Formats: sequence, structure tokens, C-alpha cells
Amino acid sequence: MTAATTRQASAIKTVGVLLLFLGLKAGGNSFMAWGMKHVPERVSMNPVLYIHAMANPVVALGVFALALSLLTRMALFSLADLSFVLPVTAIGYVFAVLIGKLFLAETVSGQRWMGTALIFLGAVLVGTTRRNTTGSENTGSENNAR
Amino acid sequence: MRWVLVVVIVFATVMADLLQSFEMKRAGEQSVSAKGFARLLQTIAERRLLFLGVLCNAVSFFGFMALVQREPLSFAVPASSASFVLETLLAKFVLHEKIGVRRAAGTAIVLVGVVLVGG
Repeated sequence: MTAATTRQASAIKTVGVLLLFLGLKAGGNSFMAWGMKHVPERVSMNPVLYIHAMANPVVALGVFALALSLLTRMALFSLADLSFVLPVTAIGYVFAVLIGKLFLAETVSGQRWMGTALIFLGAVLVGTTRRNTTGSENTGSENNAR
Repeated sequence: MRWVLVVVIVFATVMADLLQSFEMKRAGEQSVSAKGFARLLQTIAERRLLFLGVLCNAVSFFGFMALVQREPLSFAVPASSASFVLETLLAKFVLHEKIGVRRAAGTAIVLVGVVLVGG
């Protein structure tokens, strides 16, 4: 592979990992929110109550998806700068507002739409910058050698 | 009490992300197949700083849960987005990432958006 195609493949991979992270996070949060409403006890600082809540299969599914989202985010950190990942993953807020509007029939205020549009704009702007600005260009070599 | 929680959340979030970003760049490109996830778990077990970062994630998660039980989301979300600013500064000065005009501008726009969505 030439350097250019390697870079391009890496860019596509980054977008894929980003979308997987956003999907797992949104799905996990939705399952958690839905499941926790059906858990009788109020959770507090007591960790035992969280373990009780996980007996609910929907909550457990939510926790599983959120745990995977954490691992996916770590994979994203291996591909891109922290200062790239942070604003770009804020797209999750945009998803949350859209899901709320489209599927849960929530009313979204003008201020929220404004915020959502700004997050999208800012994330796209950051998305056009170079993903990895630190250290070696040969981070892929470990992978290729495998 | 609520500001103590905010400080704990922001500190834990910043530490979690700095440690994970630092360690994952050193570990090299990861993949998200089933094999990739298994390898990631193994990497967490092998690298102490990465494990510490994941612990910080847990602290920040439970801290945020406690905060939203006491305070409205319109306080919790903007207050915890302080970590966003702090992390971007530390990414530049500690992790030596190059933050050009475009990335800085985009980050500032996202921040304003996050505060508007939460507020």
C-alpha cells in the first residue's frame, strides 16, 4: 500500500470507529434510561443498589453497551488526538436531541436547536483537521506487521 | 456539596482522558472487532496508567449520577463541560498535540453549543 492509501484507509477506519462509539453510547444510554425507570429502588451513592439494578436485563444490556462504548472510545484514542476526539464525539449530543425529537416526541426549544447546530458545525470544523499530530507516523506499522 | 461533586467529576474526567489518550497512542492502532476488544481488555490489564484511567472513568460516572440526582441537568451538563476546556489545554501542553486555529475555533463553537443544549 502506498502512504496515501494507508492514510485514507486510516481515515475511513476512524470514521467507522467514531460511528460505532456514538451508536453504542446512544443505545447504551437509552437502554439504561428505559430500564432504570422500571427498577423499583432509587439508586444513590450505594454501589450495591447499582448491582441490584443490573438484575434488570434491559439495564444489564445498557451497561454492556456502555462498557463496549468505553473500549471503542479507547480505540479511537489510538487513532486520533485527544483534542480531536473530544469535540468530534460531541456529535453525540446532536444524536440525543434528534432521537428525542423523532422517537420520543420530546419538544426541543429554540435554544437547544441552536446549541445542536453549533455542536455539529464545530465538530465538522474540527473533523477537517489532521487527526494525529503527535509523535510517530509509523503507528500503523505494528498493525501491518501482524 | 454540589461544587465538591463538580470538582471531583471534572478532575476524574480529565485524568481518565489524559491517561487513556497517552497510553493508547503508545499502544498503537487498535481495532474494534471481537479480537480487537479482547486485545484492548488485555492492554488495560497490562498497563497500569491505562487501568488507572478506567478507574477514573468509574469515579466520574458515579459522581455524575450523584450530581444529577441532586441538581438539574441544566446545571450538571454545563458545569461538567469545564473538563472539555481543561482537557484541550492539557492536550496541548502535556500531550503536545498541535492545536491550530481551525481546531481551536471548532472546539470553542462546540463548547458554546454544549452549554446552550444543557442550559
